Amino acid sequence: MSAGGAFPVEMTKLQRLRDAGLAAVAALLLWQAVVWVTGVPPFILPGPWRVAESLVANAGLIAENAWVTISEVMIGLLLGAALGAATALHLMISPLARRLVLPIMVFSQAVPVFALAPILTLWFGYGMASKIAMALLIIYFPVVSTFYDGLRRTDPGLLDLARTMGAPPSRTLLFLRLPAALPAFGSGLRLAAVYAPIGAVIGEWVGASKGLGYLMLLANGRAKTDLMFASLFVLALFAVVLYAAVSAFTRRMTRWASETTDGA
Amino acid sequence: MAETPASAPGSAPAPALRLSGDFRHAGRPLFSGLDLPVEAGRWTCLLGPSGVGKSTILRLFADLDTGGTFDGEISASDGARVAGRVAFMAQTDLLAPWLDVMGNVTLGSRLRGERIDRARARDLIARVGLADHVEKAPARLSGGMRQRVALARVLMEDRPIVLLDEPFAALDARTRAEMQDLAFDTLKDRTVLLVTHDPAEAVRLGHRIFILAETGLSEVEAPALEPVRPVEARETMDMQVRLFRALRGEPA
Repeated sequence: MSAGGAFPVEMTKLQRLRDAGLAAVAALLLWQAVVWVTGVPPFILPGPWRVAESLVANAGLIAENAWVTISEVMIGLLLGAALGAATALHLMISPLARRLVLPIMVFSQAVPVFALAPILTLWFGYGMASKIAMALLIIYFPVVSTFYDGLRRTDPGLLDLARTMGAPPSRTLLFLRLPAALPAFGSGLRLAAVYAPIGAVIGEWVGASKGLGYLMLLANGRAKTDLMFASLFVLALFAVVLYAAVSAFTRRMTRWASETTDGA
Repeated sequence: MAETPASAPGSAPAPALRLSGDFRHAGRPLFSGLDLPVEAGRWTCLLGPSGVGKSTILRLFADLDTGGTFDGEISASDGARVAGRVAFMAQTDLLAPWLDVMGNVTLGSRLRGERIDRARARDLIARVGLADHVEKAPARLSGGMRQRVALARVLMEDRPIVLLDEPFAALDARTRAEMQDLAFDTLKDRTVLLVTHDPAEAVRLGHRIFILAETGLSEVEAPALEPVRPVEARETMDMQVRLFRALRGEPA
């Protein structure tokens, strides 16, 4: 049964991929058709072919700016995840931290992070630092709240068991609460992977001299709409790859959570 | 009576226990004037419907949070504290899904930061019939197998007192009977308190049988046969009927 069971799954995966590909081709054809039929000028809406040409022609320029944005996002993501995880653990360990930090954190969520972008540029300058700070800020709260929630929601029965076993709280945290919270931490990381690129690009829009967000603004201002779309395409591609990579990582981290009973 | 030293708990002989007192939950008394003796090295069954405080009594013995106030005394015949010498098995197997069978059986050592005795764990896993499943994740085991892992974990803890909170209730009839036999065999010479709402289970396993109802605690004299009692024995069947009647508040 197990040998036969894997094959149909592979088939549906292939089918899904084929369907997605077909849908993408159809959307591109529709786009091109709209451009032809309406005769809209390219500086308003370039066709996909023109965008592809621009992508090839400006490959060096786009790559150089993409590298900056990717670095900002990756560093922001790592720092945000690390700081968020550390905060969640701290909230779990210390009642004082819960009383002092939790209200501030909840209140700070009422401040739209985007509104902070200009001040971050003022503080950290036009370079990568202000964009990293922006990405970090935007993902910090989702990471803290999902991970902290996971840490708190350990099965009470398991905690009772640990108590009868004579486990000290620190080891209960390390060997029960922490692994039990990994699926929640994983969903926090997946959210972070979606938000971090948004944070970096907003930061670049407010003030930057490099990056895909900067390049899009520049191209837009000079009516090079094809270059704008080409940059947008690369940004979207990166965001999708990042999300897929983070998803794969979190699935690996919590493979046990998706395992189902096979009766045995 | 024949002794089997191999299955005897670690060091000191298992003590007798006693719980006496009142328990209030949210201002309302759950039980009062209760006096429950638990015999040393034998199985005491506490039978009763849901919501009368059976699990609360177990949790009081184990020094776990009960959400109410207990006014009374919990003591062991050897004078030492009860809590800390207790192993616990619940209706849900409470296996950590991220650990394999070996990891779950040795969880106590890991949680206390002790050296992990894998050889002994392997023996105990074999003893509960799971020798071929040492490295399997709980999600890949059946309900009965998962309770066997929980039993191996109890044996690994090697405590003189074992508290069982309806651990076989969720199993199918055949698996339940197998688990009862296995648990009775492997927990020999320990002081066992089994909470159950199943008269048949109490009759099979209890050296002594108590019924806890809204009206209070009462003992029902167990059949003269030694547990595990065969289901088809006349005394067992009669007893089962009497317990069932008593549970329903009818005269025995």
